[in-house]
Amino acid sequence: MIGEIGQFGLILALVVATLQGTLPLVGAARGNIVQMRFASNAALVQFLAVTLSFAALTVAYVGSDFSVVNVAKNSHSLKPMLYKISGVWGNHEGSLLLWAWILALFGYAVAAFGRNLPDSLKARVLAVQGLIGVGFLLFIVFTSNPFERVDPAPFDGQGLNPLLQDPGLAFHPPFLYLGYVGLSITFSFAIAALIEGKVDPAWARWVRPWTLAAWSFLTLGIALGSWWAYYELGWGGWWFWDPVENASFMPWLVSTALLHSAIVVEKRDALKNWTILLAIIAFSLSLLGTFLVRSGVLNSVHAFASDPARGVFILGFLFVVVGGSLTLYAVRAPSMKGGGLFAPISREGALVLNNLLLSTAAATVLLGTLYPIFLDAISGAKVSVGPPYFNSTFLPLAIPLVIALAFGPFLPWKRGDLKGVLSRLKLALSFVVMIVGVTWWIVDDGPILAFVGMGLFAWLVASVLTELGDRIKLFRTSLRQSLKRFLNLPRSAYGMTIAHLGVAMVVLGITASEAWQSEKLGVMMPGETVTVGGYDFQFGGAERLKGPNYDILRGSFKASKDGVLVAELDPEQRVYQSPPMETTEAAIWPMMSADLYVVIGEEDGKGGYATRIYHKPFISWIWFGAIVMFIGGGFSLSDRRFRIGAAKARKKTIEKQAKAAGA
Amino acid sequence: MTRKRRRLYIVVVAMAVLGLAASLVLMSFEDSLVFFHSPSDLVEKPVPAGRTFRLGGLVEEGSFVKSGVDITFKVTDLAESIDVEFRGLVPDLFREGQGVVAEGQMNEDGVFVASNVLAKHDENYMPPEVAESLKKAGNWKAKEEN
Repeated sequence: MIGEIGQFGLILALVVATLQGTLPLVGAARGNIVQMRFASNAALVQFLAVTLSFAALTVAYVGSDFSVVNVAKNSHSLKPMLYKISGVWGNHEGSLLLWAWILALFGYAVAAFGRNLPDSLKARVLAVQGLIGVGFLLFIVFTSNPFERVDPAPFDGQGLNPLLQDPGLAFHPPFLYLGYVGLSITFSFAIAALIEGKVDPAWARWVRPWTLAAWSFLTLGIALGSWWAYYELGWGGWWFWDPVENASFMPWLVSTALLHSAIVVEKRDALKNWTILLAIIAFSLSLLGTFLVRSGVLNSVHAFASDPARGVFILGFLFVVVGGSLTLYAVRAPSMKGGGLFAPISREGALVLNNLLLSTAAATVLLGTLYPIFLDAISGAKVSVGPPYFNSTFLPLAIPLVIALAFGPFLPWKRGDLKGVLSRLKLALSFVVMIVGVTWWIVDDGPILAFVGMGLFAWLVASVLTELGDRIKLFRTSLRQSLKRFLNLPRSAYGMTIAHLGVAMVVLGITASEAWQSEKLGVMMPGETVTVGGYDFQFGGAERLKGPNYDILRGSFKASKDGVLVAELDPEQRVYQSPPMETTEAAIWPMMSADLYVVIGEEDGKGGYATRIYHKPFISWIWFGAIVMFIGGGFSLSDRRFRIGAAKARKKTIEKQAKAAGA
Repeated sequence: MTRKRRRLYIVVVAMAVLGLAASLVLMSFEDSLVFFHSPSDLVEKPVPAGRTFRLGGLVEEGSFVKSGVDITFKVTDLAESIDVEFRGLVPDLFREGQGVVAEGQMNEDGVFVASNVLAKHDENYMPPEVAESLKKAGNWKAKEEN
């Protein structure tokens, strides 16, 4: 029964989405207000219908209804409850349903929060959103139906892939999808603007919160995925430049560019066409990512079994979306006039440079990711493009980006003065010299790039804080005045400062962990001690235990520094029965200054165990930095000028103040 | 600053950045393309020692030998097979009879020294290159659904 309800929800959603994608467009063209306003109601109904469907699948998972093929293949009655729920999106069909649900959620959010949008723009945005929904719902109904039945129902399910039986699965995909799908809103706004033939600062002000939200979630989603791979796979790595990772990184790069270029549209009415193009590209790359992950055309370390027939559908959809939107862009964009003029050395100039570097970086990543497909199609040769390519093309673009990042916030709009900015950055420059010197003194060895990285970290932190200090007139007026100024700063100023500090933290984490990591691989006998990265690891032995649905081999290690016990680490090797599979559970002791990371392997038959021990300086700063960036995005998002009804709220407070003054 | 002038500046900077990117791409493509070969490919056209490539196929039944952290096994496409050495922990899901992709170089004795054995997340996953090379060798059996 529950399967049929879910199926019904899907088909209802498809019908409503089709209407949502057509009727409001007609209405907007004819100026029919009823047809235009239909869009909001349709968005609500579509959202409710997909919610019904998603809830039905969740109920089927929680109740272990094995007459549904999807549940039988991916669940097991003995699985813990958390994984029964997160198992809903731990498979192809369910994850697409999650995608469609978030898409409908965002559509509904535009309808609900966009009360101040002009009717025609809102109708068009929701219509485009509806059309994207049609594409995904068709895909689900025809190629990936999560509600297919089996008769007779199997006695028990085949179980969920053990790697996915982890809290990481509960959080990583939803956040990543919130990011991917959030970009559909900016895409819809861009297409709607092209149809209207009008882009103005007001448009940018409506689009920016959605971009910010999507970007923040994407940042968090990628970071969660990277962290999950780091602790779950047991290889000690956190980023492999793998096609699946690149698939999420490219939209991130482009949406970061979009985030910054939309500021220029909002403040200066310039870079309009470019911003529209970025919005189109960002969402196209999200779709491309889905295609790469779901079709299995590329060999990926993170790949799950996939079905090429589905890839064809997504490829077709991608073709329609990218082709259609770029054609519309080609026809409409030339008629849109650019606004404010600016000199090369100005805030706008700095943001243009930011955009150029980010989008070029995205292009090199795209080339490296897709090149194997091209070469295979042309010559049949099978190649893969490895980390050396990405490191040697991405870093030379990322380094000037970070250097320039310091200048941007100091430059005024329209026309700036580089000398003046440089003189204000003297302090930052001396901080760079100091940090690099101290690093040299401590480690006295390491690749040149590592010292460049440390310098960049110092440069960013110092310049961001100098800029904040300038803004609140620190030391140029009384501390009380400065504090007052600090508290009165707009939320978006906090947001920028916090997010840029997050970038600095990520730079530090990557630099230190890549350059000064130490590692030891070998067979250890119980009682043996090895020294890695200044820590002594004593192996206490290993024992065999039983977990809820797996067998465990658990080793125990004691890590100490200068004779003082720092941590006890118990890495595990697990063997699951359904499906039959081993997983490695690394033991990680995270600290501010470094992570200790221990993996245990099998017995060698003579009483020893294969072990791998890492000391990774500052690695957790990578993920903390990403979280800080997410928080920065949140601050910007809560800025007064993006708030709905901000004008009204302000009026009320003024009235209140007037009353208080009168009383 | 006229509009034309501004456009000119932007185009010049854009060209410079793109030129930089293009030259970086060309320079690094040279030595970071990693080719994929099956055991049959290697017998037909040996790869000189010291060049990094990926070897893929099935782990031959009965060929897996482990001593501590030193592992040896054979990769086969059921027509030819190649000896592989690897130093490290056995990746999860590494089993005899299953698909595997290893990255490394041939040594002077014709043994493939793997620097990395690519693991998988899913027991049903078959790397696309391996599937194709097995098909080419005429030994592909599509995994039966359930």
